[in-house]
Amino acid sequence: MSQQPKAVALISGGLDSLLAARVVMGQGVYVEGINFFTGFCVEGHTHAIRKKDRARPKRNNALWSAEQLGIKLHIIDIIEEYKDVVINPKHGYGANLNPCLDCKIFMVDKAREWMDAHGFDFIITGEVIGQRPMSQRRDTMPVVARESGAEVRLVRPLCAQNLPATLPEIRGWLKRDKLYNFSGRSRRPQMALARKFGFEDYAQPAGGCCFLTDKQYTVKLADLWATRGTREYDLDDIMLLKVGRHLRPRPNFKIIVGREEGENRFLEGYRKRFVHMLPTSHTGPLVLLDGEISPADIELAARLTARFSQGRNADRVTIEVNGKGADTHYLDVVPLPTDEIPAGWYI
Amino acid sequence: MSTTVVDARNLLCPLPVIRTQDAVAKLQPGDALQVWCTDPGVVHDIPAWCRVHGHDICNIDEREYEIVITIHVGGSGS
Repeated sequence: MSQQPKAVALISGGLDSLLAARVVMGQGVYVEGINFFTGFCVEGHTHAIRKKDRARPKRNNALWSAEQLGIKLHIIDIIEEYKDVVINPKHGYGANLNPCLDCKIFMVDKAREWMDAHGFDFIITGEVIGQRPMSQRRDTMPVVARESGAEVRLVRPLCAQNLPATLPEIRGWLKRDKLYNFSGRSRRPQMALARKFGFEDYAQPAGGCCFLTDKQYTVKLADLWATRGTREYDLDDIMLLKVGRHLRPRPNFKIIVGREEGENRFLEGYRKRFVHMLPTSHTGPLVLLDGEISPADIELAARLTARFSQGRNADRVTIEVNGKGADTHYLDVVPLPTDEIPAGWYI
Repeated sequence: MSTTVVDARNLLCPLPVIRTQDAVAKLQPGDALQVWCTDPGVVHDIPAWCRVHGHDICNIDEREYEIVITIHVGGSGS
């Protein structure tokens, strides 16, 4: 090849993908980054919803990585296509609802499609043998290469010396002795390489990048599927699972209670989709009701709303109840005593 | 030159960045894009995306609950 070879790097925002791209760039390859948004990415700014968290740094680590590398980063919305990975993972789930192996295959496959469409030559990932219990094992890494269709055009620079030679090595675009042989869960080799390249302030260890590995979150997702009788979801569903307290007082409905001003404001964006209520006699949360709701359910939800308001110790609290349309009415209710809220209601 | 407006309010990052990216892909160098957002993370992410793709931020107007970012599309495309 007389032209400079071109590679697309999967950039998660973690250290491994940053290093992998940098190693390949160091051998004269032109690199652009790609980052997939599934809807479950922790990398999003969910934490920014809460007012008290707004002082935290809010950088997107994938974009930060791209800036460090001086490469373009393409962020791709795969929310719709990713549903099938979550709902029907061929290789099953990890400890929670995390379909890690299917996820990696899917993302490498999408990167392969992008590579073919844009005239690039190979794909880079930051995978390391033995780093992860599902997707980064010696026996599963060939599965990713094979089932994604990337085959020998998939390069893992951080552990390439432990794997068969890939196309860029065979063609002489990459020198094998300038790739690495990392393995296992230790982060020391990556940290040493980061120092060598002068990377500081990188995102802390790969991992925890997906809400599907979070037990609390997946309990809520499993509850959503179980009560709807179908394993379907849309983006609003999975966003709302990240926000507020979720309580299911009866099988037919649950409530989502804003915990503070930032969450209340975020939930306001969903008022047209849900029956919702808020206290008017006292300061308190915006509460969404999700499900098939009877008048008795409204009364119970109003008493719960009063419980989470500043009027929790008052004799009565006035609650504004809004239907999905324009209809609004008011209820004066006694706040539900704490001892009448079973722990099992909390999802 | 034209100004295109993208409504990314009530979307959490990176969706406002993706909406920006998709809109810029349809524009010409020299065009202006105005993105309306509510996620405070956009004041970091959209400028970062613009920097790596060679577009300029003309203005960031942070209001009480909304942020309006105006972008000048650069010559690199994508």
